[in-house]
Amino acid sequence: MKVRGLRWAIAAAALTLLVIFPQVVTKPFPRHVMITIFLYAMLAQAWNILAGYCGQISLGHAVFFGTGAYTSTLLARQLGFSPWGGMLAGAVAAVLLSQCIGYPVFRLRGHYFAIATIAVGEIIGTIMINWDWAGGARGIFVPIKRTDSWLNFQFHDSKQNYYYISLALLLLALWVTRSVERSRLGYYLRAIREDQDAAASLGVPVARYKQRAMAVSAGLTALGGTFYAQYILFIDPESVLPLSLSILICLIAVLGGVGTLWGPLIGAAILVPLGEATRIYLGGTGKAIDLLVYGFLIMVISVVQPGGIMALAQRGRRRTD
Amino acid sequence: MLDVRGVTKRFGGIVANNDISFQVGAGELVGVIGPNGAGKSTLFDVLTGFQTADAGEVLLDGRAVTRLRPDQISRLGVARTFQKLKPFTHMTVLENVMVGAFQKTADPARARREALEALERVGLADKAEAHARVLSTGQRKRLELARALATRPRLLLLDEVTGGVDLRSIPGLVALVRELNTAGTALVVIEHNMGVIMDISRRIVALHLGEVIADGPPAAVGRDPRVVEAYLGRAYVR
Repeated sequence: MKVRGLRWAIAAAALTLLVIFPQVVTKPFPRHVMITIFLYAMLAQAWNILAGYCGQISLGHAVFFGTGAYTSTLLARQLGFSPWGGMLAGAVAAVLLSQCIGYPVFRLRGHYFAIATIAVGEIIGTIMINWDWAGGARGIFVPIKRTDSWLNFQFHDSKQNYYYISLALLLLALWVTRSVERSRLGYYLRAIREDQDAAASLGVPVARYKQRAMAVSAGLTALGGTFYAQYILFIDPESVLPLSLSILICLIAVLGGVGTLWGPLIGAAILVPLGEATRIYLGGTGKAIDLLVYGFLIMVISVVQPGGIMALAQRGRRRTD
Repeated sequence: MLDVRGVTKRFGGIVANNDISFQVGAGELVGVIGPNGAGKSTLFDVLTGFQTADAGEVLLDGRAVTRLRPDQISRLGVARTFQKLKPFTHMTVLENVMVGAFQKTADPARARREALEALERVGLADKAEAHARVLSTGQRKRLELARALATRPRLLLLDEVTGGVDLRSIPGLVALVRELNTAGTALVVIEHNMGVIMDISRRIVALHLGEVIADGPPAAVGRDPRVVEAYLGRAYVR
């Protein structure tokens, strides 16, 4: 009980610091790095629900990110929708899409499932490149609303509000994961990851629960997509639907520790600044170098500690006990 | 309650189960014996929906379950253990059993209580917080049994529950199986340990090369020349 109290105190202190951060740090760049960390942490967390807890490795999650970004942006452009409504619509669209994708793809197990998700991602990316009404390969701008307002979900003077929105999204993802973890859903997902046949023999409807994990994961990912669109104010298939995004989301969670509550956040807190730093210090040609660094890190992690940093931390704790 | 009618299961050219028929009444305890490769585990797979029979029907309380999925059959009150154990290795012993208990309740606190009860029954309560991967084979067998029990089955299929278990644990397991049966659970038990199976079963079904070669009281089946021949060869038939 004491340990639990301490843990809550640390979490509360960390949260307070994060809330105060933009009041103290007013420069745009550090704020941008923090926003990026929150965004990627929440995306990796959403991925983690399907891949970490349920064991279904998706390498096509950019599809749901893109669904969120495109749904809200297209609704705003073509129908004058509020981005908040668009965000909700994007999540609903991603959930529906995930169920359509899941139905055929979940018939595959293991590596074949991962490969199929890559294929689906590439198909949808290609469709969007060739769909002129949705901007095609040129992409589309989010309609600019000049006065900053919460209603418009656009802030041109300062990144502060984007910071708080991304933090809120991350907290939402953490809360959803915690709730899943503690409910029957969480137990069933982990049982499916460990052994599908044993799970089925105990009455777990395996296909239905995989679909549920996919729905939760896709819906959360789409929220991140809409946030990205409102933050950058421009989207194209290259930025919101690439395979590299799907892989990055996966790398962050793997680095931090899959199937754990804090792993994705830890992974993002390390990989995002690392990416930004290599880009700054290694200059314009650095685009591939940050990927080289990621690749190297993943190799180290898979050799030294496949459970990620969370497993490393747990091992350390056991030693000190 | 269980009525197996002419079940045939082929894998390519191999007929694993050939026209198998037998019944299990409510509260009965039936042993299934047969040498390796007789088709015992395949029969369990067909009964629990992991394999679909090529011919024949499996009826549960008069209802055909031949084409149902494993989870649907489980929800009709049929639980099983696997010969090749399938623990959820990265979950604790308690969490393993809770997955079973969640079949009858969505409330984690209640599932936890019922899982602890099931662990108590198989004598594994002291390991509740341990990870399943650190258990010995015997403990894993008991874990699998607890997990099946937590679903509160009416019919329990046990695939070699004493195999690989150290000798000291066998009497406890046998007593547990008896106790379950006394409490009204029907059981079908695959077992290689003849002492155990002859002792606990009221009826024995003997399989050989995918066919039922004997079905009756243990004493009669044990003396049946075809059973002796299947196990030991023709030279021992007197």
